[in-house]
Amino acid sequence: MSKVLSTSPCETCPANARLEQMGLKLEKFDKVVALAGNPNTGKSTLFNALTGLNQHTGNWPGKTVTRAEGGYEFSGVRYKLVDLPGTYSLLSASQDEEVARNFILFGQPDCTVVVTDATALERNLNLVLQVMEITEKVVVAVNLMDEARRKGIQVDVRSLSRDLGVPAIPITARSGEGLQTLLSTISDVITGEIQTHALRVQGTPELQRAISTLSQQIEQIYPGIPNARWLAIRLLDGDARVQEAILNGEIAEMVSSQQRSDVSFSRKMAVEGRQ
Amino acid sequence: MNSTLTPQDIIDQADALRPQLSSGFRDEMVKSLYAEVERITQRAVQVGSQKKYDLDQRIDRLVTSPIFGLPLMLLLLAGVFWVTIVGANAPSALLAKGLFFLEDQAAALFTQWGIPWWITGFLWHGVYRGLAWVISVMLPPMAIFFPIFTILEDLGYLPRVAFNLDFLFKRAGAHGKQSLTMAMGFGCNAAGVVATRVIDSPRERLIAILTNNFVPCNGRFPTLIMLATIFVAAAFPPAFASFAAAGAVVGVVLVGVFFTLLVSWGLSKTVLKGEASAFTLELPPYRRPNIGRILYTSFIDRTVFVLWRALLTAAPAGAVIWILANINVGGLSLAQHAADFLNPFGVLLGLDGVILLAYIIAIPANEIVVPTMMMVYMGVGMMTDPPDMNTLRTLLVDGHGWTMLTAVNLMLFSLLHNPCATTIMTIYKETKSYKWTTLSVVITLGLAFLVTFLTATIVRLF
Repeated sequence: MSKVLSTSPCETCPANARLEQMGLKLEKFDKVVALAGNPNTGKSTLFNALTGLNQHTGNWPGKTVTRAEGGYEFSGVRYKLVDLPGTYSLLSASQDEEVARNFILFGQPDCTVVVTDATALERNLNLVLQVMEITEKVVVAVNLMDEARRKGIQVDVRSLSRDLGVPAIPITARSGEGLQTLLSTISDVITGEIQTHALRVQGTPELQRAISTLSQQIEQIYPGIPNARWLAIRLLDGDARVQEAILNGEIAEMVSSQQRSDVSFSRKMAVEGRQ
Repeated sequence: MNSTLTPQDIIDQADALRPQLSSGFRDEMVKSLYAEVERITQRAVQVGSQKKYDLDQRIDRLVTSPIFGLPLMLLLLAGVFWVTIVGANAPSALLAKGLFFLEDQAAALFTQWGIPWWITGFLWHGVYRGLAWVISVMLPPMAIFFPIFTILEDLGYLPRVAFNLDFLFKRAGAHGKQSLTMAMGFGCNAAGVVATRVIDSPRERLIAILTNNFVPCNGRFPTLIMLATIFVAAAFPPAFASFAAAGAVVGVVLVGVFFTLLVSWGLSKTVLKGEASAFTLELPPYRRPNIGRILYTSFIDRTVFVLWRALLTAAPAGAVIWILANINVGGLSLAQHAADFLNPFGVLLGLDGVILLAYIIAIPANEIVVPTMMMVYMGVGMMTDPPDMNTLRTLLVDGHGWTMLTAVNLMLFSLLHNPCATTIMTIYKETKSYKWTTLSVVITLGLAFLVTFLTATIVRLF
């Protein structure tokens, strides 16, 4: 059960050639993938490994304060990869958190990869749960597996996947281990091949009542909105940015553009680089 | 379905529901979140032996110890400068020799071909000489300093520095993460200003932005290193010279940290009043640096970037100096007139007119003040041959009356003076305010004048 670190033969086979680094050739792409995660978990290293770009990496939290964008092609599908600033939460206390949250919420990526540190999983999962409140399309990349191995830490990704309700993939971005599996999982989550059932934190009954009252109202105003529950939680918390987004129609625009199948709002957001 | 519901109703509803929740909403949410996370982690993670972890902790106990932390940091910094100084000396001299030999040959060839003297002069003694100076003065130190700095960054040493310095910043009413942004400032002040985004509080972020310029950036380090090498080191016996030079550069950095703290304290007591806010800082595990990545970052991202930027300014600066030096009004060149005009003020600051003129010409990228200064000296005929580093000192002292005071004050001036044009633009972009941008220039330039004036006055009194 705990033996999850083995690499499958497929990873070392020449099928790796299916990944093509596209660097900054971003004019045409089919899907948008966001990279979120705590500071210093290797998001930029993963970003560089996939895109072939040279986003500056460094071993200190808070190195990436803006988002970087690049592209890769996998099995004929072109992905735009957005490297978000590392954050411990999405409560939007500082600018970097705001950048990360707004992109996941308003940028509507087709899939959000939360990069976690295998050696400090407990601390990292907070963010995973927060991201899963916003979107179901999540893949958890359990990075730094080599470091975990050296420290004698074993991560059971199957148990993790089951509990979280989204796929968890062990990787070592530095050496490229597990990237092939990660890419095919991202692709499967986007196409719906893998159905995700993101875990939602319940809280006290009193809390649940307040959340459900409010989210029902939100769903009434915005039929088909995917993250009414998260908006309700943020509003109850008095989040000024979310209040503003509701009042100035940003949320309405997000919902209506999602329902237009021909125009992908995320694409527009990504192309214009709007936050 | 209630069709009369509006977005405002939702906000009102949330406001009405919020007080009904007991013991604070956020606490409830966070508590459930943590409980859930703990449950999942317990099932998925098994911790075996912790050998490696112990080693990390033992290193950390030493590196961040209240007694050894700071001295170790200074020792490390001095070591890095020493390696840079010792290593850069010979290649610098060699590069200067080679590049200026090329200038002579090319100029001679141009003359032979019958090309008018002013084209030869403008191209080779103006533009080319500017480029040659910048390359020979700046390239070798950068090629040594950047990889070492990048290794420290990749290892995970920077957050430890922030940890060690936190208590100082707290006392100055500033944010502990300010030292992280300062560390980025060592690379480039514009990057340091952008890095202040990690600071949550707008007040403390502004303090960090306004004081970032007090850490000498990579562009200014070669200047400091060169001055320390040819002046400070020369005052010591040869065996200690390189150590003295490294010590002098560390001294300048410490003066920079001192002014960072002083100005932060001053700001937090006046225009940016407030208490230092608490924060958590994660000390990441030490990681083995990736050699390929380090080489790429230090050479392509840093060395080539800084050098290219310096060259872009040095070429036109060289051209301007050549023109100023070759247009004569009343028997004296324009450069001489300007230098004479600025001289009284320069002397007051322990500098001279030529240095101030160089500073003004190099304003777009004031890290090239020293190369510009050399060009002005040559342009106004104070140096006939481009000298190598070893004879530079004799020429400056004998030919132009430089003293230790001139060298020390030039180091201080280059540490404190206003940010370069790129950094000023970045400050405006980050603050969106003319007021704070102006203040960032006024504070630094004011301090540069004040401090050099004071040292000059005090030295002259004794």
